[in-house]
Amino acid sequence: MNIIVCIKQVPDTTEVRIDPETNTLIRSGVACIVNPFDMYAVEEAIRLKEKFGGKVTVITMGPPQAEEALRETISLGADEAVLISDRAFAGSDTWATSYTLSGAIRTLGDYDVIICGKQAIDGDTAQVGPGISAHLDIPQITYVKKIEEVDMEKKYMRAERMTEEGYEIVESPLPCLITVVKEINEPRLPSLKGKMRAKKAEIKKIGAKDMDLDPGLLGLNGSPTKVVKIFTPAPREKGQVIEGDPKEISEKLVELLKSDIL
Amino acid sequence: MDYLLTEEQIMIRDLARQIAKEKIKPVAAKYDAEGIFPWDIVKILSESDLFGIYIEEKYGGTGGGSMELVLATEELSKACGGISLALAATALGTYPIILFGTEEQKMKYLPDLAKGKKLAAFALTEAGAGSDAGAVATTATKKGDHYILNGTKQWITNGGEAEVYTVVASVDRTKGARGAACFIVEKGTPGFEFGKKEDKMGIRASATRELVFTDCKIPKENLLGKEGAGFIVAMKTFDQSRPGVASQALGIAQGALDLTVEYVKERKQFGKTISSFQGVQFMLADMATQIEAARALIYATARMLDSGAKKISKDSAIAKLFASDMAMKVTTDCVQLFGGYGYMRDYPIEKYMRDAKITQIYEGTNQIQRSVIASNLIKEKSK
Repeated sequence: MNIIVCIKQVPDTTEVRIDPETNTLIRSGVACIVNPFDMYAVEEAIRLKEKFGGKVTVITMGPPQAEEALRETISLGADEAVLISDRAFAGSDTWATSYTLSGAIRTLGDYDVIICGKQAIDGDTAQVGPGISAHLDIPQITYVKKIEEVDMEKKYMRAERMTEEGYEIVESPLPCLITVVKEINEPRLPSLKGKMRAKKAEIKKIGAKDMDLDPGLLGLNGSPTKVVKIFTPAPREKGQVIEGDPKEISEKLVELLKSDIL
Repeated sequence: MDYLLTEEQIMIRDLARQIAKEKIKPVAAKYDAEGIFPWDIVKILSESDLFGIYIEEKYGGTGGGSMELVLATEELSKACGGISLALAATALGTYPIILFGTEEQKMKYLPDLAKGKKLAAFALTEAGAGSDAGAVATTATKKGDHYILNGTKQWITNGGEAEVYTVVASVDRTKGARGAACFIVEKGTPGFEFGKKEDKMGIRASATRELVFTDCKIPKENLLGKEGAGFIVAMKTFDQSRPGVASQALGIAQGALDLTVEYVKERKQFGKTISSFQGVQFMLADMATQIEAARALIYATARMLDSGAKKISKDSAIAKLFASDMAMKVTTDCVQLFGGYGYMRDYPIEKYMRDAKITQIYEGTNQIQRSVIASNLIKEKSK
């Protein structure tokens, strides 16, 4: 079973700061980690490999320093890692990013499953995974919380996906793309031998010229999204607290509901 | 301070630190309260390859030595001085095999120990033989291809949980210390049973039990070294393991100080945080200084051991003595800075003080360490 995992290196903070001039994330001075949702994707890929054999290839599109994120996944048990890096990719939105990633995946040969985290904690769009499946024209199952069954003979997968109301069970032929939620597993810690292997591992690098892609659809020029403004919303003001015994509270509440305040 | 660690040592330290922070710290209080053996953490340590960091690569380890073991023990002990013992006491039980085992014995036992598939324990102490190790009353009688073990070992760390035991017994009681020998005994051998699990003051996540041998028949291939060499095996093992106890003490002290620094920055009295008071600051400074001095001493000792140095008893004892006395003092002062809260079990700090105490007692009481240091000192001067 050949599994491809798409990861992203993100700033290690939940309070992402935004440059008001350029409307992009401020990355300097912030330590980088593998996007936490992608760690679940890596773990699920390694578990599938442990069960079915095969190979886990982790890919990321990013600046040269994203190589560190790839090495971390090798320390966990990924077999190969590919860094997709080129100045031509700078300024990519989710469309251009998923287009580029799909081009990279085509150069990697046959695969059975592509796994992505449900979204990245910096941009929070949750669009790149589905975007890749659209560009590759393969089925997708998003927000997967459990892979129920994989049949490598008949080439299909059945998975449970989370919805706002509950869950759905979806069957898909392989190859397909899934995005995973944190409920799916508990990621392992690296091993010492894994860390040593990661340090020595060769990270394959591919750029725009290594892929069969339309240059006009890459980077900023290939990105239909134009960010007009990004701002930090003002913190929500404290609500009104109604106190008293239940009878008093309900009376006051009814009064308020009748008035114009609400 | 930068101790110029190798890349591999930094990996070990960082990995142990991550396990301590993410996996051990959240459960330390639970294991302390319930006093049960932390098998789920042992599994994590085993999967992380940390059980093999002091074992040669050809036996399945990663080829490090004392320094690697010291670094890992320190980091794990910052989160829990009891849980870290699953690793450190396995090393203690494994050293006799590393130091005195034949190639066959090493091939048979070390790979599983290096993977953490099995834990080990070292058994010397008895009711009547603690510091006076020559007074061992457990006997090993040779009968053809076997030895028959009889007797009871006391306070054995990892007892009951470990699969592999290195046990000191007397083959000739008339010879005292010179009549001792060391044997490998596997759990499950008929005639080998476990006594009660002790209810301890500290290191409560660690299992401490009696080992009871009743006509326990073991093959003669399980003799480690020679008959009569049991005392030497024990002493050489302790020379190797004392920096490990020292690093356990170091980790406990550092863990306690880390919590204390956080606390004094939060706790307010007289309208300001207590960290702004010079009296508190001086205590913090003294603690940090003592901890760093112990760390420098332990690392230097571990590196000396790894260099293959022969005369190591005195320095190994110095490291153990200094670090454990330091840990007791530091953790007591940490409780002091927490004030009344520090005395309450709701706060994590009193556990550090309870855990620290054992490091002054086991693997040779600090009084025995002083004897070792002094006798070596006098011997050196009389040459």
